Amino acid sequence: MWQALVRWFHRWTSPKIFYQISRPWIFWSSVAAIAILAVALTWGLVFAPVERLQGNSYRIIFIHVPSAFLSQAIYLAIAIMGLVGLVWRIKLAFYAAKQCIPIGASMALLALVTGAIWGKPTWGTWWVWDARLTSMLVLLFLYLGLWALHNAMERQETGDRAAAILALVGVVNLPIIKFSVVWWNTLHQPATLKLTQAPPMHISMLIPFLMAIVGFYLAALAWGLSRTRLEILQREPNARWVREELDQLGSAR
Amino acid sequence: MTLTAVIQGIMRRELQLAFRRRAELLNPLLFFLIVVSLFPIGVTPELARLSEMAVGVLWVTALLANLLSLDLLFRSDFDDGSLEQQLMANVPASLLVLVKVVTHWLVTGLPLTLMSPMLSLMLALPSEAIPLLMLTLALGTLTLSLLGGIGAALTVGLRKGGLLLTVLIMPLFVPVIIFGTGAVSAFIDQLPWLGHLALLAAMVTGSLVLAPLVTVLALEIAVED
Repeated sequence: MWQALVRWFHRWTSPKIFYQISRPWIFWSSVAAIAILAVALTWGLVFAPVERLQGNSYRIIFIHVPSAFLSQAIYLAIAIMGLVGLVWRIKLAFYAAKQCIPIGASMALLALVTGAIWGKPTWGTWWVWDARLTSMLVLLFLYLGLWALHNAMERQETGDRAAAILALVGVVNLPIIKFSVVWWNTLHQPATLKLTQAPPMHISMLIPFLMAIVGFYLAALAWGLSRTRLEILQREPNARWVREELDQLGSAR
Repeated sequence: MTLTAVIQGIMRRELQLAFRRRAELLNPLLFFLIVVSLFPIGVTPELARLSEMAVGVLWVTALLANLLSLDLLFRSDFDDGSLEQQLMANVPASLLVLVKVVTHWLVTGLPLTLMSPMLSLMLALPSEAIPLLMLTLALGTLTLSLLGGIGAALTVGLRKGGLLLTVLIMPLFVPVIIFGTGAVSAFIDQLPWLGHLALLAAMVTGSLVLAPLVTVLALEIAVED
């Protein structure tokens, strides 16, 4: 049983086999993501009841919170994949880690933008130096730093390993950043700007909310897998199966 | 060779190299002086308002001055190949890095700290806060040198690493800025400030232990390349 699991995992670490077996995963996770998100967002944005204190403006939570969750989860995933790549020298882990950076960065940006849009009607301002906003901003900076480091390196292998180290340093630092920002904020900021303490959610809001989170995760999975597939084609142009695949893709057009 | 002899040897070499390029040692100090004096011109010459932002301005400017000089920490050794020899030498590489970073702090962070009282007078910082400002700046610049060493090692193979280094390291430095400036501001507002200082000291200690190890990893990647 355990052996089978290990072997199954090892199959995923070969770029060629990954390229083949990830295709159905992408298909099914994107189908599921589209279906779940369609239900969750229609329910959340149209049918869920109006919130008692915030009126309709709370509805952005169905996009805001999933993207914020994802942006943090993806950073953790990048650090873990970087560690896997550094320790076991698995190239594919580096490819996937690299291609997760833009996804995580866009999720962080989406969380910040939706947060700003939500902040305007509820707090009366687009931006406050609140603890959570600030740590999300720092997270976005960390993503941008990783991407900049990748792009600065002439040899991509060096960029992979350098970015893995930076991601690991960042992931150790993230809890410290969060903790320090919370303290800084509570020292200096009047309590009026506290994040709205929503009352416990009613079930008619909770179900689409949880569905939206699952849908975002599935969409990110599909997106990450397909970006990693492209990265494989780009990074291993001399492998014979890659050339054959590229020929086939070219002739199909 | 004993360990102390090794440490002394590396330190003497680093100091000698630094003092052969005396003009470069002045650059961070000039940067600090000039940028700080731009703030009254750009924001307001009113002393009351300047003193409110003095701590933050002094801290951020000192850090930038320190960070911009960090780019050269390993660059010349990397370019002439001596870094590779040093990493192969029969000395713990993390010790070597630690001594290098501390020496760098002695010739940049420490002078910046010693210069800060004069600049804090220009920004009308309450004078009783100056000793604490100097203490936090000393600890903060040391932490920055240690963390920045990681960034300098990651970017050592690049022709122009300076700006990238700032982009990589500054986000990691948010907690240090918060507790460093927090200690001084709390002292000025007559609030308890020892907790901030203790956390700042904890971060210095943690990075003294961990940062050299990571820096060695990063240097090995650059050297292998």
